[in-house]
Amino acid sequence: MDILGNALSVHEKALHVRDKRMEVIARNIANDDTPHFKARELDFKTVMAKFEPSDLMANTHGLHFGFADEVSEDDGMRYRTPFNASVDGNTVELTVEQAKYGKAAGDFQATLTFLQDGISGIRKSLRGD
Amino acid sequence: MPMSIDNIFGIGGTALNAQMIRMNTTASNLANAGTTAGSEDLAYRGKRTVFKALMDDSMTHGGAPYVGGVKVDKIVDDTKPIPKVYDPNNPLADKDGFVYQANVNEVNEMVDLMAASRSYQNNVEVVNTARELMLRTLDIVKA
Repeated sequence: MDILGNALSVHEKALHVRDKRMEVIARNIANDDTPHFKARELDFKTVMAKFEPSDLMANTHGLHFGFADEVSEDDGMRYRTPFNASVDGNTVELTVEQAKYGKAAGDFQATLTFLQDGISGIRKSLRGD
Repeated sequence: MPMSIDNIFGIGGTALNAQMIRMNTTASNLANAGTTAGSEDLAYRGKRTVFKALMDDSMTHGGAPYVGGVKVDKIVDDTKPIPKVYDPNNPLADKDGFVYQANVNEVNEMVDLMAASRSYQNNVEVVNTARELMLRTLDIVKA
């Protein structure tokens, strides 16, 4: 029985994705003054879907075709559509990025809290008090 | 898998560095705003920084977590024409009595300085938030 794996479950992976998303937004903020820079965004749903157990048919015979090869290579990176175009071709809008970064930090903390709950649960059950 | 909070520190750091260079060039422009010269070639020209995104590993030092950050690609001279002023009493004046002033507008420079300083503050906040989250992640073992 995988106690730790069950308790941490999806949140461990989610933490990685949240972390990655904050990095992407940090890149946007750093390049606010770079000509022609295009703001990026990480699509949480696409990245998380990769971690979900797939319901594809399993290969039980050497001659079966592999489905694994057909899983998309989409890394979840998207280009942001700016509200207003700027003359130098930069699509970073600092206020938008600030808001997103704040939200991303909050999401990160939420995932941390879930993880913390899981861990303290295991701790309690191990100590038995 | 490398901790990507490290990358946020790296990216924030490159941005702080780039904005600091921009503030330095602005300070240089402001310091030279009132200078005059005896010929058009010798006159001070405003300096402008041009930023460039660090898109992949080949643009950074080996293994440094800066990918996605920013760097100062080049510093170019402002192309505004050099103001030519008739001032025959100036010891620097050429044979026709003209001196050549720096093509720097103080008001523009002050605005640029404020913009750079705001960008700097923004990136400090990015690094601060990342640092807090890193500390909270460390606290997870105390749960």
